[in-house]
Amino acid sequence: MKYSIFSLARAALSGHKSWARTWRDPAPKSHYDVVIIGGGGHGLATAYFLAHTYGIRNVAVLEKGWIGSGNAGRNTTIIRSNYMLPGNTGFYELSMKLWESMEQDLNYNTMVSQRGIINLYHSDAQRDAFARRGNVMRINGIDAELLDAVQIRKMLPFLNYDNARFPIQGGLLQRRAGTARHDAVVWGYAHAADKLGVDVIQNCEVTGFTRDANGKVTGVETSRGRIGAGKVGMAVAGSSSRVAAMAGLRLPIESHVLQAFVSEAIKPLIPGVITFGAGHFYVSQSDKGGLVFGGDLDGYNSYAQRGNMPVMEDVCEGGMALMPMIGRVRLLRQWGGIMDMSMDGTPIIDRTPVDGLYINAGWCYGGFKATPASGLTFAHLLAREEPHEEARRFRLDRFQRGLMIDEKGQGAQPNLH
Amino acid sequence: MRIACPFCGERENGEFTYLGDAKPQRPAMVALEVAGGAAGEAEAFYDYVYLRDNVAGEMDEYWYHGGGCRSWLRLTRNTATHEITSVEAAPGTGASSSPASTAGTIS
Ligand SMILES: Cc1cc2nc3c(=O)[nH]c(=O)nc-3n(C[C@H](O)[C@H](O)[C@H](O)COP(=O)(O)OP(=O)(O)OC[C@H]3O[C@@H](n4cnc5c(N)ncnc54)[C@H](O)[C@@H]3O)c2cc1C
Repeated sequence: MKYSIFSLARAALSGHKSWARTWRDPAPKSHYDVVIIGGGGHGLATAYFLAHTYGIRNVAVLEKGWIGSGNAGRNTTIIRSNYMLPGNTGFYELSMKLWESMEQDLNYNTMVSQRGIINLYHSDAQRDAFARRGNVMRINGIDAELLDAVQIRKMLPFLNYDNARFPIQGGLLQRRAGTARHDAVVWGYAHAADKLGVDVIQNCEVTGFTRDANGKVTGVETSRGRIGAGKVGMAVAGSSSRVAAMAGLRLPIESHVLQAFVSEAIKPLIPGVITFGAGHFYVSQSDKGGLVFGGDLDGYNSYAQRGNMPVMEDVCEGGMALMPMIGRVRLLRQWGGIMDMSMDGTPIIDRTPVDGLYINAGWCYGGFKATPASGLTFAHLLAREEPHEEARRFRLDRFQRGLMIDEKGQGAQPNLH
Repeated sequence: MRIACPFCGERENGEFTYLGDAKPQRPAMVALEVAGGAAGEAEAFYDYVYLRDNVAGEMDEYWYHGGGCRSWLRLTRNTATHEITSVEAAPGTGASSSPASTAGTIS
């Protein structure tokens, strides 16, 4: 089914009863050229690009629950390309460009909204750091503007500019950044991949790998039986260590919980995304009107998909310090997701030491914005057996070789990234 | 999640700071110096600093009670449920056994 104004009008005439399935519900075949583990944004995007760009269509995506039940459906939907270090800068800008053409590419309304992001600064030192970041972005052809307090006040008059500890001196603005509808991204990739022949198989948990005499991976054991595969790519985010362990691998990753919050809906207030890093708080407003906000990781290893009160308190305090009017709004919902925190805060897209097994992991709390580029570059690796130019630094062995990409400079303490 | 500190009683986890998995053991530095960074030792340090079991289930880990008695504690906690089954005082471990303080002669 192709979506357009005409299909909408036609369906409206039949009371919206004529819509066909967005993707099929196939039973697993006995063998695929490529099996992708994980039906989050990254797994589905990988399958789409394999079929669309690299002509490999005998592909299955295996998802243990329903697609988008992991972090893809739990994140705060911010997309941006304001990274500074070689490796990240180009990769995230590639992703931003793919966001800009996504709706046409997928024939799906993913509600990409380039409403801008402002990172606030509160001291001369922080301004210098942001000026440097902005300059790196501009040298790389990415838009960035350094604003002072007067300019910020025009855009965001409701912030508290005179906070004694963190007075707002200005901010770094990326206008092309913004938000997208997270569920629609999952559905859009499933829809487009399915149309190209990819099998999206839900309720199918991978429980082990089948290997030949040389140790090469030849397929997967699943809750729906054994499935053979020419190659297996894992894109399971917070579950990366668990799945890798099935192949005998230990990863430079810890799983941590990150919480997010949504308020009751209010009239349009916040034009874009605002980050208050000094106060561990960031916020945007959804199209439904709810304020969507969050802050830091809880800080301890967790697979529980729920967090604890101290971080809720900390995030809400940050909100009160930045925009005191937020105290009048009631909190509607709160949840947690499991982050695959890598040891330098940067992802991994690479082969593994196990022949036939490829890894896409370590996305930390920032992998939603990466979804399209992650899919494209992982598909490239799977199809061509060589890294995509923009992802070649995301190597699994970079920790061994001293080639970390530590955007925050925190070292090997994942709960600080 | 509340942690029953053996010295202070049950407190909310916001009073505590997390160091992480108690399993990784720092390899002996001596060996590294003598061997001039022999591959085996470098490998052992890579393992210690970067690789984790990242257990989904019961895990032994270090927490620091900075908002209370400032003791290092060793917990057994289930990372899948947050259930804590044991809390013990762990003097001389945690960050006090980390590289900085092993090498440190500041006092
Ligand atoms: C609260 C929160 C806020 C965030 N905010 C942002 C943000 O604003 N911007 C941003 O860029 N990023 C953000 N992120 C991070 C982003 O959501 C993730 O980095 C990204 O979604 C990870 O990739 P994914 O979509 O493929 O992961 P997931 O959606 O988690 O996909 C992995 C899938 O693998 C499946 N799986 C696991 N094990 C198995 C198995 N054994 N067999 C089969 N399937 C399996 C899981 O069920 C899951 O569906 C946020 C995350 C959270 C939790």
